[in-house]
Amino acid sequence: MKTTEQLEAKLKRRSKAAKLEIWGRLVSLTALMLIVAVVVAIIGFVASKGIATFTSNHVSLWDFLSGKSWNPGVNGANGKPEVGALPMIVGSFLITILSAIVATPFAIGTAVFMNEISPNKGAKILQPVTELLVGIPSVVYGFIGLSVVVPTTRAIFGGSGFGILSGTCVLFVMILPTVTSMSADALRAVPRYYREASLALGATQWQTIYKVVLRAATPGLMTAVVFGMARAFGEALAVQMVIGNAALMPNSLVSPSSTLTSVLTTGIGNTVMGSLQNNALWSLALVLLFMSLVFNLIIRLIGRKGRLQ
Amino acid sequence: MFVNNDVKNAMAMEERHVIKLSDPDHPVILSTEDLHVYYGKKEALFEGDLEFASNQISALIGPSGSGKSTYLRSLNRMNDRIATVTGKIMYRGVDINQPSIDVYEMRRRVGMVFQRPNPFAKSIYDNIAFALRLRGVTGKHKLDEIVETSLKQAALWDQVKDDLNKSALALSGGQAQRLCIARAIAIKPDILLLDEPASALDPVSTGQLEDTLLSLKEHYTIIIVTHNMQQAARISEYTAFFNQGRVLEYDTTSHIFTNPSVQVTSDYVSGNFG
Ligand SMILES: Nc1ncnc2c1ncn2[C@@H]1O[C@H](COP(=O)(O)OP(=O)(O)OP(=O)(O)O)[C@@H](O)[C@H]1O
Ligand SMILES: [Mg+2]
Repeated sequence: MKTTEQLEAKLKRRSKAAKLEIWGRLVSLTALMLIVAVVVAIIGFVASKGIATFTSNHVSLWDFLSGKSWNPGVNGANGKPEVGALPMIVGSFLITILSAIVATPFAIGTAVFMNEISPNKGAKILQPVTELLVGIPSVVYGFIGLSVVVPTTRAIFGGSGFGILSGTCVLFVMILPTVTSMSADALRAVPRYYREASLALGATQWQTIYKVVLRAATPGLMTAVVFGMARAFGEALAVQMVIGNAALMPNSLVSPSSTLTSVLTTGIGNTVMGSLQNNALWSLALVLLFMSLVFNLIIRLIGRKGRLQ
Repeated sequence: MFVNNDVKNAMAMEERHVIKLSDPDHPVILSTEDLHVYYGKKEALFEGDLEFASNQISALIGPSGSGKSTYLRSLNRMNDRIATVTGKIMYRGVDINQPSIDVYEMRRRVGMVFQRPNPFAKSIYDNIAFALRLRGVTGKHKLDEIVETSLKQAALWDQVKDDLNKSALALSGGQAQRLCIARAIAIKPDILLLDEPASALDPVSTGQLEDTLLSLKEHYTIIIVTHNMQQAARISEYTAFFNQGRVLEYDTTSHIFTNPSVQVTSDYVSGNFG
């Protein structure tokens, strides 16, 4: 009887290991809570500021989203402040979609080469190059864009050379490495036995890549592209340097225009906290934040669908 | 009279015993001569020299790492990008181990089923139609017909005939493996290579698979790697025993299992190995 009690007491006593366990949990839980708090605070802050345009300055949401002229300092013909964000929204989407369209074939092609055609060279040359490109600061891309892409565009299409086209070129190079390395990951995740099954059925390597590997990797490839789009959508500095920063509806790919981010970075230092000008910029930031949430959501949805398959 | 029986046996035992086939009803369809396989610098197969009789089942047995898969995968050049294979692989009189051979065309005639069932993440129908479509068979009627006969030959038709458009990934292990067989025979190969096709299956599915193979013998030449010696004994006419990268013995299955010529084979099939 006694021994049973002793055993029970011993088993119930908190050992050093058990205490350490509790500590570990406490520390990681605190870290987690802190991060959640920061994220919530950021969203809350941007939202409260961004909404002020509509609540304190009485701009209607519809005018904001569909208005074509952006000039928060002055009142328009109808006596209301001109805070039409449509040119920037269009600019952002246009530049994002175009750069994704251009980058995707290159990225997938490179990933296929790295992974399927020449894994040796891929691992030795392309992988390090890709990683290097990811690490280059965006101001460098912007500077190269400014000194190479813009003059080239100007020479070919005339005009100032600033505009959506130049922005697309710069963003294409910027998102290419990200999309490439994520695409390569997606291809790598396709089990080897899929390829073997296809080859054993007499499929050529191209048929195997095209009909089996790329199909199986589609969710991963889509995630890669959306990730690239999210990056392009949020990129500010490099775009600002080459897009021309005119808050106008882009009427051609080579006319100066702007994106949500470029207007934010150029404008935020020149406005007074609490003024309409300032609030309107926060509203743009809110749109940006909302869009990045949407991109995240899309990535998650694709991921879930991929798993279900 | 007083000579120890074991010693006497051992003296009678050969080092290596590989027969040449001479069955006029089942002529040799595939043979290898002096086949060596190297993974990098490491030699994994030393002189494979086997002959395979048409419309018969030949089993490759031997301990793990003895080179069975290496040998089998060389037969339809699946080792091309992984290993260096030297020697001749004669298929109906043509050496298919030459660089000038179109491996894709060759693999249509020498099909393969793997250890792990590996259906594509497509429907059952599309799995079987895959290789046909690659070869330009697109007529719905024709495809339907081949899908049906292939599934019937693989003894899977009755279980899946109402679910042809469902994902092949929902099949059980045994069904998936039979789907892989159906997929392989849809392009009507001459020879079917199987690498431990039943190792991931339960005994019931294994039994069904064996029945399927026995019925396929009528149309195809089958070469199967197996760890299951009862399985080799049950279904094969000829058995090759591999050990440490060499074919130590090749003869009729009954010879290998009842009266092997090589001591190591005898140890292996009687379970005294190692
Ligand atoms: N891709 C590879 N690269 C390098 N060495 C390999 C490779 N595949 C097999 N080998 C080596 O070749 C030898 C034979 O392997 P193999 O897979 O042919 O054996 P096996 O008889 O099929 O064994 P098991 O019964 O376990 O499947 C082993 O020593 C193995 O380590
Ligand atoms: Mg093996």
